[in-house]
Amino acid sequence: MLEAKKITVFAGHYGSGKSNLAVNYAFWLKQQGKETTLLDLDIVNPYFRSKDSEKELGEAGIRVIASEFANSNVDVPALPPAAYSMFTADGHYSVVDLGGDDRGSLALGRFSEMLAAADTYEMLLVINQFRPDTATPEGVLEVVREIEDACHVKFTGIANNTNLGAMTEKSHVLDSVAYAKAVSDLIGLPVVMTAYRADLGELDVPHPFPITLTTKAIWSI
Amino acid sequence: MADKVLMKGNEALAEAAMCAGCRHFFGYPITPQTEISAYLSKHMPKVGGTFLQAESEVAAINMVLGAAAAGVRVMTSSSSPGISLKSEGISYIAGCDLPAVIVNVQRGGPGLGGIQPSQADYYQATRGLGHGDFHMIVLAPSTVQEVIDLTFEAFDLADLYRMPVLMLSDGILGQMMEPASFPEGTGRTLPEKDWAVTGTQGKRKKNIVNSLYLQPDELERKVMERYERYDAIKKTEQKCERFMMDDAEYVVVAYGASARVAKNAIVAARAEGMKVGMIRPITLWPFPVDAIREATEQAKAFLTVELSMGQMIDDVRLACECKKPVHLCNRTGGMIVKPQEVLAKLKEISGGAK
Repeated sequence: MLEAKKITVFAGHYGSGKSNLAVNYAFWLKQQGKETTLLDLDIVNPYFRSKDSEKELGEAGIRVIASEFANSNVDVPALPPAAYSMFTADGHYSVVDLGGDDRGSLALGRFSEMLAAADTYEMLLVINQFRPDTATPEGVLEVVREIEDACHVKFTGIANNTNLGAMTEKSHVLDSVAYAKAVSDLIGLPVVMTAYRADLGELDVPHPFPITLTTKAIWSI
Repeated sequence: MADKVLMKGNEALAEAAMCAGCRHFFGYPITPQTEISAYLSKHMPKVGGTFLQAESEVAAINMVLGAAAAGVRVMTSSSSPGISLKSEGISYIAGCDLPAVIVNVQRGGPGLGGIQPSQADYYQATRGLGHGDFHMIVLAPSTVQEVIDLTFEAFDLADLYRMPVLMLSDGILGQMMEPASFPEGTGRTLPEKDWAVTGTQGKRKKNIVNSLYLQPDELERKVMERYERYDAIKKTEQKCERFMMDDAEYVVVAYGASARVAKNAIVAARAEGMKVGMIRPITLWPFPVDAIREATEQAKAFLTVELSMGQMIDDVRLACECKKPVHLCNRTGGMIVKPQEVLAKLKEISGGAK
C-alpha cells in the first residue's frame, strides 16, 4: 500500500470513480489512526458526489469540507473557504476529491503554489479502462495533459480503478493490470493502487485497494 | 470501443447521437444537461461535425431548424427552463414538417426552479411544446442503455415522420453511470429527403420549407394532413414495458427515473404477497393507451409514480376512461420519491399486505 501523504488529491477523467475512491481512501486513512479530512472540491457535478457520504464520514470521525452550495439548487462553482485548512491543520491528513477533466481540475489551480510549497502531496490519476475516452494509454495521456495544464499541479501516481459498475467481474480487474502498466509506461508514473470492489474477493494485483461502494442508488430500498 | 462501456446518461446520449449519424449540434449549456454539450464539444470536431454553442437557446433551436431544412441529422439539448425558451422554434420546426431531435434533461420548476431531477415537464412535452395544433413524439428512457437505444430511435422516427422528436430524460438519468453498449444501428430503411433545401443546381423545382400559409383553408388542410400522420403514429408507435403484469391487480404506471424507484417497490410488494405490476410508458406521446386499456379490466386500481404534482396521471385516467381509481405517489421540486413511499402507498390503496 502507498505511504500516506499529508495531502492526497484524486483527479482524472470525468466519471473515473474519483469520489468513491476518495471516500474509501479517507476511511482507510482514519483506520490507520490518522486525523482525516475529506475535501469535496468538485465544481462540476451537480449531484452524485462525495458530500453524499457526509453522514457516514462524520460518524467515522472524518471531517468533511464541501461547498455550502453542494447538493443545493445554487448552481455556482464555489469553493469552501475552509479548504485552506489542508495546509494549516497540524497533524491532519487531507483527501481532495476533484471534479473530472480539465474543467473540474481547474478548482485545484487556486492551491497549486501552496501545494508545491507543501512538498508532501500526492496527486493520483484515477483511470478506468471501461470509460471510452480513457480506454487506451493515449487517451489517458490526453486527459493528463489537459488536467495538468488546467490546475498547474503534476500527477505523482496512478490509481487503477477499472470497473464496469455493478457488472464488474474479477476478470475485468485482473485484465486491467496490463492496461495500467501500459499507461504507467507511457506517462512515466508508477501504479500505486489497484482499486476493486471488496466483495470480488482477494485479487492478486499490484497494490490492491479493496473498496466498498459508498454511493447507494437512490432508487433502491 | 469495447463491448461494454461505463457511461453517464448524458454522455451516452451524446455518443449515441454521433453514432446515429448526427453531425450537427447547436445548444447552450444548462445544468443538469451540460455533459451532453461538453461531450459533443470535445468529440464532434474529431469526426468533422459541427458543435456550436449559440448565444441563447432561441438562437440554437433556430439553427436546428436551418440544419434540419438542409436535410442533415441535427440535435439540440437543454434542461427545463431552456426548453421553454426553445418552444417557439420547436413549433416552427413542427410547422415546417422538419425532423430534429430535442433533448430535455428535466430539472425542477417552474421558473428557474432548481437543478435537481424532476419530471414536471410532462404536460409541456406531451401537449405539443409550443403554440398551434401539433405533437412531437416523446421518448422516455429509464436506463443508460435505453438512453442509447432510444436516441437511435429518435433520429429514425424524426426522419420517418418528418417531425421533431423529444428525448425526455431527467437529472438522475443524465447524471447516473451504468454499463451499456452501442448498437450498429436500427436497420430501418428511411425515406429519401427529397424535400430538403440543398440547392436545385437548376435541375429541379425549388423546395420550400415554411410554416406560414397565406390562406386559412390551406393552413387548415396542412394541419389536418399532419393529424392524419399523428393518427397513424398513435396506431403503430405506442411503446411500453410490462413488468410483473400477468396477475397484477394493482398497476403502477411510471416512466423514466421514477420507474426505477417503482420497480424496486413492486419487487418488495410482491415479496409481501401483493399482486402488483407496472406498465412503464417508453413513448409518452403517443401514450401507450392500448396497454392501459388492456390492463383496466384486471386492475383494481392504478397508481402513477411521478416526480411532479401528478401530470401523467391525467393520461392514465383518460386511457382507462376513469373506470378504475387512479392514485398518485409523488415528490416534486427536485425531491426523489423513495421506494418505501411507493410501497406504503400500494399498501394503503390495496388495504394492506395479503
